[in-house]
Amino acid sequence: MNIIVCIKQVPGTSEVEVDQETGVLKREGIDSKMNPYDLFAIETAIKIKEENSAKVSVISMGPPQAAEIIREAYMMGVDEGALISDRVFGGADVLATSYTISQGVQKFGQYDLIICGKQTTDGDTAQVGPELAEFLKIPHIANVKKIVEVKEHSIIVDMDMPHAVQTVEVNYPCLITVEKDINQPRLPSFKRKMATKNQAIPIYSFNDFIDQNENNYGINGSPTRVIRIFSPEANNDREMWKDTPGVLVDRLVNKLKELKYV
Amino acid sequence: MAKIVIDQEKITDPQALLELCPFDALEWDNDYLSINAACKMCKMCVKKGPAGVFTFIEDEVVIIDKSQWQGIVVYVDHMDGNIHPVTLELIGKAKELAAKVNYPVYCLFMGYNIADKAQELLQYGVDEVFVYDDEELKHFRIEPYAAVFEEFISKVKPSIALVGGTTVGRSLAPRMAARFRTGLTADCTVLDVAENTDLAQIRPAFGGNIMAHIVTPNTRPQFATVRYKVFSPAEKTSSPTGKVTVCTIPKASLVSQIRVLQVKPKEKVKSIEDAEVIVVAGGGIKSSKDMEMLQVLADKLGGMVATTRPLIEAGFADPRLQIGLSGRTVKPKLIITCGVSGAVQFVAGMDSSENIIAINTDENAPIFNVAHYGIIGDLYKIVPDLIERLSSNHE
Repeated sequence: MNIIVCIKQVPGTSEVEVDQETGVLKREGIDSKMNPYDLFAIETAIKIKEENSAKVSVISMGPPQAAEIIREAYMMGVDEGALISDRVFGGADVLATSYTISQGVQKFGQYDLIICGKQTTDGDTAQVGPELAEFLKIPHIANVKKIVEVKEHSIIVDMDMPHAVQTVEVNYPCLITVEKDINQPRLPSFKRKMATKNQAIPIYSFNDFIDQNENNYGINGSPTRVIRIFSPEANNDREMWKDTPGVLVDRLVNKLKELKYV
Repeated sequence: MAKIVIDQEKITDPQALLELCPFDALEWDNDYLSINAACKMCKMCVKKGPAGVFTFIEDEVVIIDKSQWQGIVVYVDHMDGNIHPVTLELIGKAKELAAKVNYPVYCLFMGYNIADKAQELLQYGVDEVFVYDDEELKHFRIEPYAAVFEEFISKVKPSIALVGGTTVGRSLAPRMAARFRTGLTADCTVLDVAENTDLAQIRPAFGGNIMAHIVTPNTRPQFATVRYKVFSPAEKTSSPTGKVTVCTIPKASLVSQIRVLQVKPKEKVKSIEDAEVIVVAGGGIKSSKDMEMLQVLADKLGGMVATTRPLIEAGFADPRLQIGLSGRTVKPKLIITCGVSGAVQFVAGMDSSENIIAINTDENAPIFNVAHYGIIGDLYKIVPDLIERLSSNHE
């Protein structure tokens, strides 16, 4: 069984801000880490591997330094990985990103199951998984909270819906996105770290892909355009209270009375 | 082919140029400046760099005929025919947008044994409800649902498609956007429409404390998802004029690789989306046992406790109690945030609340930009006192 896990490097401490005076994006504390939701996807894959003999691969897309998270995945027990990285892919929106990853996935050859995290912490859109499945023409199940059974030609999972849990069986090849409650990700192991420290991380660039039309990638393959970025509007109709705790509580009680909560 | 080109001859201070990029995508190597894969095409270097060094060039694109695409469709989210209230909120917004560009408002309603529910939607002033009623659509399975959506789009050619940011919507909308190779903007917090029928979509972006205005300028339909409780529901009209159109789709289009084995209803827990009063615990809460204090305050006000993402990650509360882009969006009558700094991802999940009271020790915390009443103080001093005062008031 072949499993591919899609992972992404995200800013470690978020908070990119717009400088009010110059309009320039400020970059403070942009260290990077693996998207925390992806750890659950990797763990899901490794668990399946341990119980059913499988090969687990990871794929990521990003700048060259995103190779760090592939190394981290190796330390968790992933067998192989690759990074999709090329300037041609710059400025990709969800559609172009999903399409690019779909090209990268096909480089791994035959696969049975693709696992994605529920969403990333930087984009928060939760769209790449379903769009990737569409480009690969395979079914997908989002919000998987439990792997019930891994069978030879299909997998049974519990999908989390707002008012119900739907147990479904889906044939391979398919894609699932997993919730963070699905398991407890293991920590990278030191033994694995030593064992994999020289393991290669292949880079896939535009020239490696089957589709050689540049217009399907990066900003050219992106139907959406960001036409303006700005700081969230401040609410002008506001009051600031600065006082001793006693006075603050008095004012708060009066306000709650005024709003009829007391 | 759009790209940013660099005129190497005009570079005088390479170090200063590297600083221009908020994503570290510029590299200076061997006296040569290049752009790597980290580029997000924000064009900050073009706008803020010295004249002539960075140039953005874009080939002329073939402009599509937007008049071929008319109307706004709202996907009707439901479970066994019980329509999710986000649908009514989207209808309300769709009507507002439609009035500006003289578009009809459609609903796309698919499921099994739902035909009689379609009439209900007309009461909200929808022009036409398209119903696909088939046993294969009883449970949500991606391929049949996507097939119906595709069939509808190909037939009706709506310019804009609004989908609720629900479990089903977040699965279906991206699938459709990819199928039509068009844009999808998730979790929009503001929507407007321009005269040229381009949808103005505003949402937090780049994972930071900034908002982005996003358009889909040259593809149709324009997909947007919006979460529950972001917009106000449509009002009922006294004289509905719309109609219900029942459509069929060949069974062969509804095949699926997915078999639904069991649907187990969850125990009903009251969700924070439905609470009128919410007390929010933020990073200022020091330990999980302090959550009890906020619960007491919430009980006094007849509300619920919710939290920010870091507290969920620390295991202080059930993930269903998380407010923000990766949690729930809430719009209560009153929200009191305690020790919440107000990251944009959190604020996007609560800033349309009617009354926002924020308690925080740091007067520069961004939460005070959205709070109607900003209280600069220590929650550990204020909340216990407040509880005591509220208790004595009741006696």
